[in-house]
Amino acid sequence: MANTFQLEIVTPSRLLVKDVAEEAQIPGLSGYLGILPGHAPLITELAVGVITYKANGATHTLSVAWGFAEVLQDKVTILAETAERPQEIDIERAQKAKERAEQRLKSNDLKVDYTRAEDALQRAETRLNVAKEK
Amino acid sequence: MPNILDIRRRIRSVVNTRQITQAMKTVSAAKLRRAQESALAARPYSQMLTNILKSLVSRADIYDPFTGLPRHPLLAERPEKNILLIVVTGDKGLAGAFNTNILKMVSRFIESNPDRNIDVECIGRKGRDFMRRRYPIAPKRASSADGATGASPVQPENEVAPPRAGRVQIVGEYVGVLSKVEHNFAATLSEGVIARYTRCEIDAVYILFNEFKSVIAQRLVAERLLPIKEIGEVDVSMAEEASEEERKKRIEAAKSAGVGLRPADTAAVDEAAARFATLPIDYIYEQRPERLFAGILPKYIGIQIFHALLESVAAEHAARMTAMDAATSNASDMIDSLTLIMNRARQAKITKEIIEIVSGAAAQ
Repeated sequence: MANTFQLEIVTPSRLLVKDVAEEAQIPGLSGYLGILPGHAPLITELAVGVITYKANGATHTLSVAWGFAEVLQDKVTILAETAERPQEIDIERAQKAKERAEQRLKSNDLKVDYTRAEDALQRAETRLNVAKEK
Repeated sequence: MPNILDIRRRIRSVVNTRQITQAMKTVSAAKLRRAQESALAARPYSQMLTNILKSLVSRADIYDPFTGLPRHPLLAERPEKNILLIVVTGDKGLAGAFNTNILKMVSRFIESNPDRNIDVECIGRKGRDFMRRRYPIAPKRASSADGATGASPVQPENEVAPPRAGRVQIVGEYVGVLSKVEHNFAATLSEGVIARYTRCEIDAVYILFNEFKSVIAQRLVAERLLPIKEIGEVDVSMAEEASEEERKKRIEAAKSAGVGLRPADTAAVDEAAARFATLPIDYIYEQRPERLFAGILPKYIGIQIFHALLESVAAEHAARMTAMDAATSNASDMIDSLTLIMNRARQAKITKEIIEIVSGAAAQ
């Protein structure tokens, strides 16, 4: 069996990644999934998190927020609503979003939607973490 | 007898105008090309999303086995009493009849639904200005006042909607989002729309925009976004094709600006997308198909809005290109006829002078 697989990451605006990878880690909704070539066919929703994959010995990292992945033996396709490479991340914006979300979580306002604020916080933190990797 | 100097001045001014229209045409052509490219780049995602939804329909029980009614709220059909209309126009003018045609169709849409309450969301400055002159703005909700500080657009369920400002009212306006269409915007908009739909505040959602498949294949459509009748099928409730004359003008403009006429070849992309998550093999579903279905369905609406925006932007640039092409050739015609008049005037002046000299010599 081949020891690589096709990896495609598609976002609403474009095809972000098309590569041959040896290994990938994707943030499934119920936990991170490690994928090696020859994985059983699988479909999963993605959570907010980090995608890492190895291609040609180099490791690549991307931040992703909500998506959807199909794993086949020789191909992995990821539909991501937002996916960014470390260099594309706007650190300042993420930092601000983080502060805003934290503030909202701390306030006792009943109108605040906690799940939303928590999601926002998680997204911002993931972005910041990924941005550090570059 | 027209003054030669005046005519010369006019010619010079028309030449300047022609230069401007020509430049605008070139710019629009370049922007059109870019808009077409981004629409093409957005295709794989939307195709894949649509296809996986279609395949999930057969795997997930989306209909209740006892009542036969759909389980997902976005599929539920209700009698259409309150409808939401999303109007997509341009931010700028000088695009021929682009905005006017859309707004005419909006008026017709509103007239053809006389017994329904219509909420309007305007995307684009031209549409907003038009609607504001005609219809009142919906009263603000109490809790949405602090929207800027980050409260969610999803309102608590126990809140009562304020009384309507009129049968037709404006509930939202977005200006300046079209210069760079972002999926993020479409997603946020669709979230708000979906929330209102699920709360039964609105019974149907339509989007009215200029569809753009290629320079020659364009039409105005009112598509029904919600409830979803069939996934992957466009539910057009009103459409208007461009006139033959308009089409000819477009072809001419596109040819002279070097923009391709044919729709981009999407066969390869579509085929690859068709294979996504739809193979007839036994997938491991990390989540239950129903859950996946429910998760993807709202995104589908967002993608549809996103696409409408992309197409509308492309159409706007195409319309501007056509209008500017027409303006350029009109200016050229005008220069020709003015030059003719000027030459005649000059010739007449010379003739007159000769006559004067000759008759003066004869008199001596």
